[in-house]
Amino acid sequence: MTIRQSDIRLGWGLVAPALLWTAGFFLLPFAAMVAMSFARMEGRAIVPAFDPGNYVKLFTEPAMLRALTNSLEITALVTVISVVLAYPLAAMIAFRVPPKWQRLALLLAILPFWTSYVVRSYAWLLVLGQNGVLNQMLAGVGFAPLEIAATRAATVIGFVHFFIMLLTLTIYANLIQLPQNYARAAADLGAGPWATFAHVILPLTLPGVMTGAFLTFVLCIGDYITPQILGGNAELTLPQLIMLQLGRSGNFPFASALSVVLMAIVTLAYLVMARWVRLDRI
Amino acid sequence: MKALRPLGWLYLALAYAFIFLPVVVLVVYSFQDGRLPVPPFKGVTLEWYGKILSDRDLVAAMGNSILLAVLTSALALVLGFLAAHGLARVRLPGSGLMRLVLIAPMTVSYLIIALGLLQVFNQVGVRPSLVTAGIGHVVINLPLCFAICFAAMGDQQKSAERAARDLGAAEWQVLVQVSAPMLAPALAAAFFLSVTFSWDEFIIAFLLTRFDVTLPVEIWSMLKSGLSPATNAVGSLVFLISVIAVVLAEILVVRRRG
Amino acid sequence: MTAGVEIERVSQHYGRAKALEDVSLSIAAGEFVVLLGPSGCGKTTLLNLIGGFAEPSSGRVLIGGRDMAGIGPRARPTTTVFQDYALFPHMTLGQNVGFGLKMRGVARAARQARAAEMLALVGLEGRSGVRPHELSGGQRQRVALARALAVEPDVLLLDEPLGALDLKLRRQMQDELKAIQRRVGTTFVHVTHDQEEAMAIADRIVVMNAGRIEDDGPPSRVYLRPRSLFSAGFMGEVNKIPVTNGQSPLGPLMPGTGTLCLRPEAIGDQGELPLGPARLEEVAFFGTHIRARFAPQAAPDLPLMVHLPQGAEARPGMMTNLFANNPVLL
Repeated sequence: MTIRQSDIRLGWGLVAPALLWTAGFFLLPFAAMVAMSFARMEGRAIVPAFDPGNYVKLFTEPAMLRALTNSLEITALVTVISVVLAYPLAAMIAFRVPPKWQRLALLLAILPFWTSYVVRSYAWLLVLGQNGVLNQMLAGVGFAPLEIAATRAATVIGFVHFFIMLLTLTIYANLIQLPQNYARAAADLGAGPWATFAHVILPLTLPGVMTGAFLTFVLCIGDYITPQILGGNAELTLPQLIMLQLGRSGNFPFASALSVVLMAIVTLAYLVMARWVRLDRI
Repeated sequence: MKALRPLGWLYLALAYAFIFLPVVVLVVYSFQDGRLPVPPFKGVTLEWYGKILSDRDLVAAMGNSILLAVLTSALALVLGFLAAHGLARVRLPGSGLMRLVLIAPMTVSYLIIALGLLQVFNQVGVRPSLVTAGIGHVVINLPLCFAICFAAMGDQQKSAERAARDLGAAEWQVLVQVSAPMLAPALAAAFFLSVTFSWDEFIIAFLLTRFDVTLPVEIWSMLKSGLSPATNAVGSLVFLISVIAVVLAEILVVRRRG
Repeated sequence: MTAGVEIERVSQHYGRAKALEDVSLSIAAGEFVVLLGPSGCGKTTLLNLIGGFAEPSSGRVLIGGRDMAGIGPRARPTTTVFQDYALFPHMTLGQNVGFGLKMRGVARAARQARAAEMLALVGLEGRSGVRPHELSGGQRQRVALARALAVEPDVLLLDEPLGALDLKLRRQMQDELKAIQRRVGTTFVHVTHDQEEAMAIADRIVVMNAGRIEDDGPPSRVYLRPRSLFSAGFMGEVNKIPVTNGQSPLGPLMPGTGTLCLRPEAIGDQGELPLGPARLEEVAFFGTHIRARFAPQAAPDLPLMVHLPQGAEARPGMMTNLFANNPVLL
């Protein structure tokens, strides 16, 4: 079959602006960043080179390696906790809340989503801080105050709060799509509620859950604000380390190398979960 | 199982409590009649709201944020819509690859996008400004707009566009008179999501602006001077504005469907 | 207002698959032609080539004597009634019907008048302000027809336009389609897989199969004297009797070699061609006729399907001497 030349030109004409924008302001900067990651710092000057030194530094200096493992540990923790907490919440809304109220229940469940991201972390600081709401309440009933702010726990709580909302939304969307007859058929065939869940509902919603988990992973590992505000500088994550390189010494080469590694981790996570994750479903 | 039912509702209540806890604290202590937004609550005052609304930098930052969100979302929507239309309309060689490239920025951390742009702008000598941040915001919102538009272009859409061409419409007439009106709900959703993302985006705006900062960056600099009910007031105000917008959008959607 | 269409040695390949193979066809101005065939026979591909939705791999398409190579649907003197109607859901009926005129720069008042006139033509007077989703399938079909005719095309292309309608409505729309074509005088090229529909509306039927034209002629000729076995079978039920050098399992029937095709209603107790005695095996009452299965005495395993008149005496087991009319040897 012959496609008209004018049609092809038209197609290109329509796609070209978006493609050029993405190429110029995403692919090119990304390539520049990869190139930069092999450059050298001499004093405050950046010297173009092909030097893997930045990567060697990342994987040999304990402080740097620590940031990498911190990031991975926190992200893994946050992803698992968020999924485990969000699933029952989404299931309650989808199966127990009367259909008439589900939209409202969902809207309420993600309402804090509409506060500014920066402000949300700050708000948790008010709750978890040394003189914060939580400790004052504990003091009121005679308990010793907890040192949560500026620890990993605070970072995890802040993250989990955000991702519970996101995951509840995605898991709910998956649950509500399930034809009711699946659960009915399982019950009809003698499966109890738990068996129905384990053998029918969970497998059917797994792709949706995995997509949500992948999204959580990507957003969490690349986030600077939450660990910076809630975790403080007690233990650094990868994004914090990157920002530190930029601010303190203008060490773009090392910051770039860290970013490339961050990118590689996300790609690796995608490859591992690719079986379930459908990006076009996001 | 029956015995577990109350537990389910208890869990629901606890989950909502957890979700709402920080927001409630934020809002309550924005009225704090004292210097610190932590217990004890010393009484109600609107002093902090007055203070932030007379803070020129903050109001300017809010204006910048609105401007940036609306303009970058509009541009991202136009680019994404045209690209989606082009790829849905003509079977171009390499169209699968092009789709992949257009979606790719969605999977990359904003920090990485910002860092790459910062380096390129540094190298070619472009100063950080609202425009450079805007470029970054279009980069992150374009994939979103493209994906939503592309997904919305079903068979009915293509068939109607075909009919329009058959009846003598030029391509721009097809776009303006048939495609866009038929896709209006998807276009609105894409625009609304883009505005939300851009409005709340921190790291790109932080790295790519200098003097004319956006609201999240301005709030960030307020945080540096420690806890203050003024920050609570800003946060509560942003929350209020967003909730009003969401409720309005919800009512409009529900009305339309009803 | 109307123009002829010339298809000259057109082939259409999709990769390796051949949708059309060296097809030539001449359609006169004002003719109502039906392209008939099973799905995948190439009839829709041919329609798309005339409408300009695709370019042929080789060969030429001429409309009104003008070569259409490289000319898109927009610039062709054709419009199409699509199978799914493709009405614009966000426009009223008036806006839908007036769309083509709007694209041609016709002023609003003239457009509205013409749209109202066209809606009246298809029996939807005064419904200009209604939106498509408020209409039934048959009504949408009429709007699609009005919209395509509003711009006064030289050739109107109809892509299985009645396919989505139920049987009763389809028969009714066939009559209307034919009447409208008579009134406007535009060349109609209509694609369908329903041979009854084809016979009901066509001036001329083009039977297609596997990318080729099998037969081409007026409905009665194509039905009564088909040019190919495929055409004979596709136009309706047919009894096939192998003939070799004038000999058949039923004895000597007619000179030549091939397959003797006999329509069930062309067999009875009188006729030009004697088939010999046969035993009635099975009967079923069909309202307009009685459908009967006969086993010829000479060849009991070569059953003949016969349509007997409503009131005919038909009891299983009875013997009859059968005769046939309109025999065709292919």
